[in-house]
Amino acid sequence: MKFYMMHLMPYADLDLDYDQKYNSAWITLPNSYYDPKKGAKLYNRYLDELEYADQLGFDGVCVNEHHQNAYGLMPQPGVMAGALARRTRKVKIAILGRALPLLNNPVTVAEEFAMVDNITEGRFIAGFVRGIGAEYHAWSSNPADSHDRFHEAHDLILRAWTETGPFTFEGKHYQFEYVNLWPRPYQSPRPPIWIPSQGSSETIEWASHPDRRYTYLQTFTPVAMLAKYMRMYRDMAAEHGYEATEDQLGWSVPLYVAETDEIARREAKPHIENFLNKFLRMPKEMLLPPGYLSLKSMMGVMKAKSSIGSKQTIDDVIEKGMFICGSPETVRQRLAAYKSEIGFGHLLTLLQFGTLPAELTRKNMELYANEVMPWLRAEGAKSRQAAE
Amino acid sequence: MAHTETTETVTGCKIRIMRKGQGEPLLFLHGASGAGRWLPFMEMLSEKYDVIVPEHPGFGGSDTPEWLDTVGDLAFFYLDVIEHLGLDGVHLVGTSIGGWIAAELATRSCQKLKSLTLVAPAGIHVKGVKKGDMFMWSPEELAQNLYHNQEIARAMPQPASEEELMVVLKNRLMTAKLGWQPRMHNPHLRKWLHRVDVPTLIVWGDDDKLLPAEYGPAYRDLIPGSELEIIPACGHLPHVEHAERFAARVSGFIEGAAR
Repeated sequence: MKFYMMHLMPYADLDLDYDQKYNSAWITLPNSYYDPKKGAKLYNRYLDELEYADQLGFDGVCVNEHHQNAYGLMPQPGVMAGALARRTRKVKIAILGRALPLLNNPVTVAEEFAMVDNITEGRFIAGFVRGIGAEYHAWSSNPADSHDRFHEAHDLILRAWTETGPFTFEGKHYQFEYVNLWPRPYQSPRPPIWIPSQGSSETIEWASHPDRRYTYLQTFTPVAMLAKYMRMYRDMAAEHGYEATEDQLGWSVPLYVAETDEIARREAKPHIENFLNKFLRMPKEMLLPPGYLSLKSMMGVMKAKSSIGSKQTIDDVIEKGMFICGSPETVRQRLAAYKSEIGFGHLLTLLQFGTLPAELTRKNMELYANEVMPWLRAEGAKSRQAAE
Repeated sequence: MAHTETTETVTGCKIRIMRKGQGEPLLFLHGASGAGRWLPFMEMLSEKYDVIVPEHPGFGGSDTPEWLDTVGDLAFFYLDVIEHLGLDGVHLVGTSIGGWIAAELATRSCQKLKSLTLVAPAGIHVKGVKKGDMFMWSPEELAQNLYHNQEIARAMPQPASEEELMVVLKNRLMTAKLGWQPRMHNPHLRKWLHRVDVPTLIVWGDDDKLLPAEYGPAYRDLIPGSELEIIPACGHLPHVEHAERFAARVSGFIEGAAR
């Protein structure tokens, strides 16, 4: 199993009483709530944390894209990847989402990703997403065309990376007379591609197809759903006549480890609850614009009267396995159990969340890297030996 | 006698059509919430006219064809519908998105039209006048914002079954497809509205929170010889909120215009 540190880079200095006046930390929250002096410090602190992950022996660091919100300050994640490219030595750098349907010109992403892949001499992982529904409000991009544009942009980027240019591209949404990428990607034939998702059978069907075999990354969902979707990927691969490897399955989850279970819960509580109830806060209409989900899936959401908007506590998310929290031993046993029950080859941990301050973030990273990762690596080696 | 309900296949697309009455044809093009029910204003107009109410491709009980991308596609489609039904001398009435379709249709050809009535039509943008964002409104906010009279808003029926909810979702999806970006307008339409050469009435509620009444004069100035009627104490749906007054105004206009 490989270990990654994921970062969302939230605006942790947000005035948390904003919700007395505004119903979301996204799109409609005025950017007067953002103080550039504080924001500048946060950016540099967060980049330091990801650089520290390199020194601590993580296999990779991950950034992603969200627009017009306090939840994550990386509308252009390539800037972060560029900064990290020269300041890290060993880690892979993953951009887990550019939201392809938002793009007016997908070639920009093909170019940007190829540049990072070259500068890092192949330490780059590409992530393609549709973005969450709120991005379609933020960018005035039509959610009804989201699926279509995702696939067309993906096809264009893939061809740009793997075909000798120049070639013409004749799509419905994108047309180009000359596609001729300089630079070509460093990795051959292309960088690894990961598909983060909160769970969708259509996405798994597509990612697991033998032509692609992309790594499917389940993000921030109850562990029961994780198990369901990982099994679905394996089953779909088997239907296509091949066996999915662990390398094709990943999980992204917030995690907090401290000296004891009690300390971990006490230290994490306000910050994970801010993450859930302040930073993720948005009405259903913002999260799920028409067309973002298929009509059938949307119907399911409407009938479920989902928990969107209702307050969540640390205990809710620990119980559902959406948040791993405890002593090193608790965290080791939990992760080992999930690993053996569900099976996944990439574990992305969000070690800073919500308002978690710098000192606690560093302590979390150190305990995880020193007390959890090595043990899980050793367990993995033992089970591989036993298998041989 | 009740209205009839039929399906017709036009340009490869099956659509649902409600129809009642005798006289000159009056083709009504509905707005974002579809045309699921036969409404009181339709009944009133059917006393004088042959009222024809299709559901647009992509809405309600009609199919969603592969070719449908823009409101311009629907404008050409309804020219095909007029031909398919063998209509001539049509009084074309459209509301909101349906008003946009009607305006686009009339810029393409007025040959089969006798008059045009646009009810709070989408389709153009007026710089500096902010429209409401129906895609950010909850169902409750949408109901409140569509009407001036909140008693009517509260009395509007909510989807009562899974089928009805599915229709709401389908209509919303197609509304987004047609009008998300640029928001509820075609930047090129205003260049060609001068081509409309049939008598034109524009109706607007003075308390329209979706497409503000300031859009009325802009439309009037773009369509030669058109007249504008602002209805007081009225939201985005004058034909629902003030059905009697609306039906009387439309037939009065048609009587005047047609003679």
